[in-house]
Amino acid sequence: MSQLPVTLKAENIHKSYRMGATRVNVLKGVDLAVHEGEFIAIVGASGSGKSTLLHVLGALDRPDKGIIRFNGRDLNRVGARELNRFRNERVGFVFQFYHLLDELTVLENVVLPAMVSRSVAGWLASRRKARQRAESLLDQLGLHERAGHKPYQLSGGERQRVAIGRALMNQPKLLLADEPTGNLDSTTGNGILNVFETLHGAGQTIVMVTHDERIAHRAQRIVTLMDGRAR
Amino acid sequence: MYKLILITRYLLKRRITHFAIAAVALCVFIVVVVMTVMAGLVGEFKQKNHDFFGDCVVGTDSLVGFPYYEEFMAILEQSGLTVGVSPVVRNYGLLKVVNYEARKQVEVLGFDPARHIHVTNFGQTLHYRAGQPEKAFRPIHDANALGMVWGADLFDLGDWRLLGDRPRQLAATLTCFPLTARGALAGIGGKPNAQGFHLSDLSLSGIARVDDALVYIPLEQAQLLCMSGVEKRVSAIYVRLAPHVGLSEGTRQVAELWRRFAQAKAGALNSNLLDAVHVQDWKGYRRAVIAPMEKEQTLLGLMFVLVGVTTVFIVFVVFYMIVTSKRKDIGILKSVGASNLSILALFSGFAFNVGLIGSCVGTLLGWLFLARINRIEQWLYEHFGWQLWDRTIYAIGEIPSRIEPEVIATVIGSAIVACLAGALVPSYLAARLRPVETLHAMRT
Repeated sequence: MSQLPVTLKAENIHKSYRMGATRVNVLKGVDLAVHEGEFIAIVGASGSGKSTLLHVLGALDRPDKGIIRFNGRDLNRVGARELNRFRNERVGFVFQFYHLLDELTVLENVVLPAMVSRSVAGWLASRRKARQRAESLLDQLGLHERAGHKPYQLSGGERQRVAIGRALMNQPKLLLADEPTGNLDSTTGNGILNVFETLHGAGQTIVMVTHDERIAHRAQRIVTLMDGRAR
Repeated sequence: MYKLILITRYLLKRRITHFAIAAVALCVFIVVVVMTVMAGLVGEFKQKNHDFFGDCVVGTDSLVGFPYYEEFMAILEQSGLTVGVSPVVRNYGLLKVVNYEARKQVEVLGFDPARHIHVTNFGQTLHYRAGQPEKAFRPIHDANALGMVWGADLFDLGDWRLLGDRPRQLAATLTCFPLTARGALAGIGGKPNAQGFHLSDLSLSGIARVDDALVYIPLEQAQLLCMSGVEKRVSAIYVRLAPHVGLSEGTRQVAELWRRFAQAKAGALNSNLLDAVHVQDWKGYRRAVIAPMEKEQTLLGLMFVLVGVTTVFIVFVVFYMIVTSKRKDIGILKSVGASNLSILALFSGFAFNVGLIGSCVGTLLGWLFLARINRIEQWLYEHFGWQLWDRTIYAIGEIPSRIEPEVIATVIGSAIVACLAGALVPSYLAARLRPVETLHAMRT
């Protein structure tokens, strides 16, 4: 176990969903600690609650019971504005289906988190710096030539790299990836995992959800979700 | 900032947005055209009445009239409130054109043209004597003959405008039943008075029930024909207020002067006739004909509220569809930290722009249509015999086509409000969407 400080800690997380007339308990007391600089893969069978756990960790969803602490702070006790700021500045999400905005260019998609957090005046004052950061990320991700393209003009792998660039725009402490290679062929998926390894090597904290054990083994630590608990 | 970019991209790229803009534009177009024409017709009608009767009328509905009018006119002229006063006799008679089988019941209006032209626009309604309206009752072919001005549509004279610089030489006999100060028919057995006149001019006031029913004769002749008695009487005094005097205040002051005058005349011969006199501004005097048109205009306005409701519903449906198709975008925005208020502002801003663009397009189309509306009507009339307003019934010249800035501002403002109202519920639902609902739903 890493001796570095704990960035994110999940304590006794319970989460259930209503499916028709029945209530399905997905998470039944999950405990998880994510240390700074760790690369964790969460694996489990389909329907085991992997994505649910990731959404709860990233404050996209609230647990029915339990505490999520980020840098020691209980996210359940934080107001809406603070949660929005947490999602904007502290966490970066990478989704299986990329989830890029079709009306924006590649550069605009990457710069989006910076635009969301600023007013028009604030943006006008800081846009040059933000654009430079976005272009730098695109360079690192091999997408410099694609900056002016729209998402529909890109391949799956390129779109996922744009999503990674967007997730890293505001230099989040935590990168959360939900099946990032699930919609890609093995070669392209491999390329994405290489990116993650590079980021991890630079000190980025990453939590990745996957159903594929082979992909999971590319991470530093594997957490298995079974029967609603983490092992 | 992202909101501005997304709104612009949604407006340009989403076809369904174009339908919403078109719907708003169409509603605005209809409202602008109809409101402009209606407001123009009502405004024109009111102005014509104002021009015909002056600012204020001191008068009685009784055909008997009232005496001592010259004394009151002197009081008005000395008061500084007026720039013109004109005594008028109103009555009815039978007109028969000599040597023609043309007879008609007419309304008789008697006045002194030299005074009347300073109170009303009578001079401008004349065709042959427009340059010398004080000579309205002197036929051009014989200045010594007793002249009479006809309403331009009183009889069908063909296209009299093409007949040169003088009217056709027509003579007519006007027969009236004079009334005594007590309201009884004068003479033994109520004998009528008749007088021959020569047609001296035609008057086109633009008011339908005036131009096809009125004849104008000199005041003295009207008094002789219609009123019998020792003291001279008139039916009304038309007043033109001084420019610095407001209509309401001026009318109030004239009414106060009349009240004091009538009080001072109490006990004089036939002073009881003064009790039936009332003082009204032109709007009040013509309330009976103006009010129905104003009511029509109000009803039309209410009907356009229904048009507004339709617009709201259309925008609601369109935005509901847009929000449904943009659930993924909303989830993405929330996942990068956009607040509920921000999402609400995004779709509200979108609705605002749909309303603004739609109403500007509709207003522009309305302006283009109105600029050509008379030509369009003329073309339809020439090719299909179809006329929007039958000119034999409605005394209008051209269809009003001038858009007032207040109409534009009101319509554009209302269109934007309607769009915001229509988008309110979908925007609120969008703002309340939980990101995990939309993002998780995209997974296989």
